[in-house]
Amino acid sequence: MGPVQRINGWLRAVPAWTLYVAGALPPAWLFYLAAIGRLGADPVKGLERQMGEWALMLMVAVLAVTPLRRFLGLNLLKFRRAMGLLAFFYVLGHFLVWALLDMGLLWSQILADIVKRPYVTIGMAGLLMLVPLAVTSNNRSIRRLGAARWQKLHRLTYPAALAGAVHYIWLVKSWPLEPFVYLALILLLLAARLKLPTGTAVRVPAAKAGRL
Amino acid sequence: MGYRFRTDLKWSDVTPKGVFLNRRQLMAGAAAFGLARPAMAKIAAQPSAYSTDEVPNTLEDITSYNNYYEFGTGKEDPAANAGSLTVKPWTVKIDGMVDNPGDYGLEDILANVTLEERIYRFRCVEAWSMVVPWIGFQLSDLLARAGIRAGAKYVAFETLMRPEEMPGQAYPILDWPYREGLRLDEAMHPLTILATGLYGEELPNQNGAPIRLVVPWKYGFKSIKSIVRITLTDKQPPTSWNMQNPREYGFYSNVNPEVDHPRWSQASERPLGAGIFGGRVPTRKFNGYDEVAGLYAGQDLAVDF
Repeated sequence: MGPVQRINGWLRAVPAWTLYVAGALPPAWLFYLAAIGRLGADPVKGLERQMGEWALMLMVAVLAVTPLRRFLGLNLLKFRRAMGLLAFFYVLGHFLVWALLDMGLLWSQILADIVKRPYVTIGMAGLLMLVPLAVTSNNRSIRRLGAARWQKLHRLTYPAALAGAVHYIWLVKSWPLEPFVYLALILLLLAARLKLPTGTAVRVPAAKAGRL
Repeated sequence: MGYRFRTDLKWSDVTPKGVFLNRRQLMAGAAAFGLARPAMAKIAAQPSAYSTDEVPNTLEDITSYNNYYEFGTGKEDPAANAGSLTVKPWTVKIDGMVDNPGDYGLEDILANVTLEERIYRFRCVEAWSMVVPWIGFQLSDLLARAGIRAGAKYVAFETLMRPEEMPGQAYPILDWPYREGLRLDEAMHPLTILATGLYGEELPNQNGAPIRLVVPWKYGFKSIKSIVRITLTDKQPPTSWNMQNPREYGFYSNVNPEVDHPRWSQASERPLGAGIFGGRVPTRKFNGYDEVAGLYAGQDLAVDF
């Protein structure tokens, strides 16, 4: 048995719900640190930024599931729904920190920013795209919509992830590395989905590994 | 790093948010707890009528949340990386349209000025703000000593360029060395100071040691740190953020709630140190320093932003 198969074997023993529990811990810890004043001079920015970055990491993880399976044979499919929903809740948390704590519920300025500031506009667009995905991330919705339509709807993940990465790049003051790393990862993972003529050829190693 | 200022008692602990207290009362309160520092301060400084009576941020806030890209772009990077900067000896080259050009040693500069404590509001272009108890002297005093020649219209400043001690300079984030500039009348305004201290102590490296500019009515990036050169000139000097993005950062960069940054609003700001529910307050034109308005009479500040 290859290492990938061994990992797949171990993962079969891990129920998907553990991810929801694990995913709830970091934000809880972060809010606790912020509340007791251990998040530095600007805890609001700390919360906002960290929630946003974690959301982007989760989006990258969600997008990595298919390529990892196709190219390495690593099967994380049963965790994808949990990762997707967590990504949505992190984005929602990021938005709520912004609206409630950063903007202090100054609604006129919040609305003006959403309309006028391109980085806020594209971030909001990303959040809104995730809403129908979160709402339909359950077995009943798959049955109701039918697998094909459901899958088509869930391709909204791609523009939503791109919106998140562009949102990050658009708000920074100079040219730090991190936002570009996220954009590059997301573009790479989207490119990995393109059906190239050589696609079948790259599949071979994974299939071979399966026989070893 | 020297001793820390009130490690176990924060200003925010002493003063409930929203409760007005002037600084003297606050000092008296701190003294009652046996924590009074001003008496032990190494730097003797006169109080100043230009100080605000708003409550300063904690030394910890002021020294752990800095934009000093020479030491990294993260807010905590300067505190982590600036320790290795050699600030002694330090000389400032004063040149250009002056009667007495030359390399001025920092001790020599300080021997000829009166240090004052100036408690100023500090408004970052990123829409957060602090209140900082600087120790410094008026830039006009130093310029008078250098002798301003007729025809000089601007003052240009340059930060130290020393990549071996300033790791951020290895990356072309800005066109190093950092440069800033003021119009001569702005530079001569009594509010404009060169700061060499903070909270009664020598300026920590991450705050721009050993000598930095503080122009309280302009966005923080105008207040250039670790100055090694001051040049009097008749032309508007190039300035770092303006060079990097002229659409977003103007030469003047006066705090102005009516002129937004192209990517975000400048109408309000978040005063730091108020906790996670501190919220926002409206930003004031010239950061509340209305006495400078006359400098810009007849100028359209939306054009000269």
